[in-house]
Amino acid sequence: MGIEQLPPGWSLIFGAALVPLLPGRLKQLWMLFVPAAGLAQLVFLVPDGTGMVASIFGYDLTIVRVDPLARLWGTIFYIAAFLAALYSLQLDDDVQQVSALLYAGSAIGAVFAGDWISLFVYWELTAITSVFLVWASRTEASYRSGVRYLIVQVGSGVLLLAGVVLHVHDTGSLEFDDLGGVKNLSTVLIFLAMGIKAAFPLLHNWLQDAYSEATVTGTVWLSTFTTKLAIYALARSFPGESLLIPIGVTMTAFPIFFAVIENDLRRVLAYSLNNQLGFMVVGIGIGTAASINGAACHAFAHILYKSLLFMSMGAVLFRTGTCKGSELGGLYKSMPWTCAFCIVGAASISAFPLTSGFISKSIILAEASNAGLALTFLVLLFASAGVFHHSGIKIPYFAFFAHDSKIRVQEAPLNMLIAMGIAAALCIGIGVFPGALYALLPNQPEHFVPYTVPHVVTQLQLLLWSALAFGVLNWYRIYPPELRSTNLDFDWVYRVWGPAVAGACGRVIHGLQAAALTAARVRIVGTIERVHRYHGPHGALARTSPTGSMALWVAILLSAVLVLYFI
Amino acid sequence: MTMQAPPGGELPRWLDDFENVRKIYRGLWIVCLVALFGGQGLLVWAQHRVTDAHAAHHSFGFEHWPGFYALFGFIACVALVLAAKELRKLIMRSEDYYGD
Repeated sequence: MGIEQLPPGWSLIFGAALVPLLPGRLKQLWMLFVPAAGLAQLVFLVPDGTGMVASIFGYDLTIVRVDPLARLWGTIFYIAAFLAALYSLQLDDDVQQVSALLYAGSAIGAVFAGDWISLFVYWELTAITSVFLVWASRTEASYRSGVRYLIVQVGSGVLLLAGVVLHVHDTGSLEFDDLGGVKNLSTVLIFLAMGIKAAFPLLHNWLQDAYSEATVTGTVWLSTFTTKLAIYALARSFPGESLLIPIGVTMTAFPIFFAVIENDLRRVLAYSLNNQLGFMVVGIGIGTAASINGAACHAFAHILYKSLLFMSMGAVLFRTGTCKGSELGGLYKSMPWTCAFCIVGAASISAFPLTSGFISKSIILAEASNAGLALTFLVLLFASAGVFHHSGIKIPYFAFFAHDSKIRVQEAPLNMLIAMGIAAALCIGIGVFPGALYALLPNQPEHFVPYTVPHVVTQLQLLLWSALAFGVLNWYRIYPPELRSTNLDFDWVYRVWGPAVAGACGRVIHGLQAAALTAARVRIVGTIERVHRYHGPHGALARTSPTGSMALWVAILLSAVLVLYFI
Repeated sequence: MTMQAPPGGELPRWLDDFENVRKIYRGLWIVCLVALFGGQGLLVWAQHRVTDAHAAHHSFGFEHWPGFYALFGFIACVALVLAAKELRKLIMRSEDYYGD
């Protein structure tokens, strides 16, 4: 088997096995080499079409299927894996390094899976391998958060499997492809499984929960793969499903309220990640060739700037030991480079012209407009202003400016700075030369022209006046200060309400059981007493009578019969 | 936004001077007003030379109201922050609420 036949992603999975065996410097090189080699293999060697096919238990599995959609996702996953590996180069923790490579490898494998069974296997692998990046913080909070994460992720896999079993039973087709909408139990289950990983509203809290507890480098890995794998799966199996439009619109809007008042800046980023996924979900829901392109393009751009933002906050956490807005401020003095890279990421997520967010998000907005979805368009516009407000301004402002926290630390390590620098350069490069990314999009030709006078002017007006709103509110001290706090979200339902309800149910059941036992005991004791009364040693029915009395009664009865006879 | 006394031996930075923060705040107002009025001028100018690329692009009536995007951005953000402040009353708990 030539190297070109090795399924994409497997190089990372095999590569992970070597990590614990290699000594220091060699291990670092290996961590960089593996994703780089994987990317080169995908770009130069892997042809379009169906690759490896296997037959297991009579099912024909398509382990490799390469088409433009999968190629786009594979490419950005490899790039993100390389950047994350570079960012975590100073790390000496085999648990994290092995699980990170396995995790990225299984996510890439999933993207190239051509059948539902392979997808399911990779789907669960991403869950099981990634939880170690949360647990590797080695705190009680991260342990608990990791357990919740694992339950949710594995639960998603179980739903997927149930849906797939029904789907294969109904249709006989194993091909991981367009399901034609949510229409029966099997598609509902598959839709929900993807919805959990894509952090649909009310299914979203695992994201904020785990990404703020994972290690400095772990969150950078996590932020790329799980959710975007779900977006890929939705684009593949539910393009044009109209349910996705209201779901996506809700996802863009509600997290920004939480993001404004959240103190933990990595949690703020997790909320804005949720918001960005909403744009992609809307794009998939609209379902035109151009809107699917928009979702794919936005996923590509988003992975880069989101990684960059998590890297910059990770560097702050790494150096200062905290990521809380209430404790930080004035860090531009000691971490100027990190600050500058963070601002590039913040500008990109806010979709400033000349950054990657601008050239990707506008496709989705334009398609919402072309489809005549006025309300959707307005909410997306609101969410665009909102994401600029909390990710574009709040993140850099409270970490690097605001009031000087007097924290003086070293600048981030060189490898982290280089990783952030490359990500920042890509954000700007894509923004300035969008044609290169447009050429990779699944539905060609892509004719979208982002840089028109009305588009640039209106976007600048929207963003600058949003910035002005922040400025005015801050100037007059109306802006809510960063406070040490926990904000309740839907996870309250299963972290407090759920256990409370379960406890109450337990108490009720226990009470009922005790009452039933008491009642039963009273009945049983009563019965025994009754039996005892009549049949006991002194009971009427237990009395023994002499044979003579029976003979007497027989004589009496016979004489009575005789008397009656004569009468 | 107040001036900070720098820790021992560190030179004060440009942003440490509150006057400079005031300059930035005023500068932001100027940039926004330029973007609003200059931008509207540019939009009118661009309407006379419509290219094929965005002639094909649909737009809603409200998008053509003068200053729609600027006003929308401003109001949206103020509303967002005020609503979020109210939300805090409802959902904010102590940092160790969940006890882990």
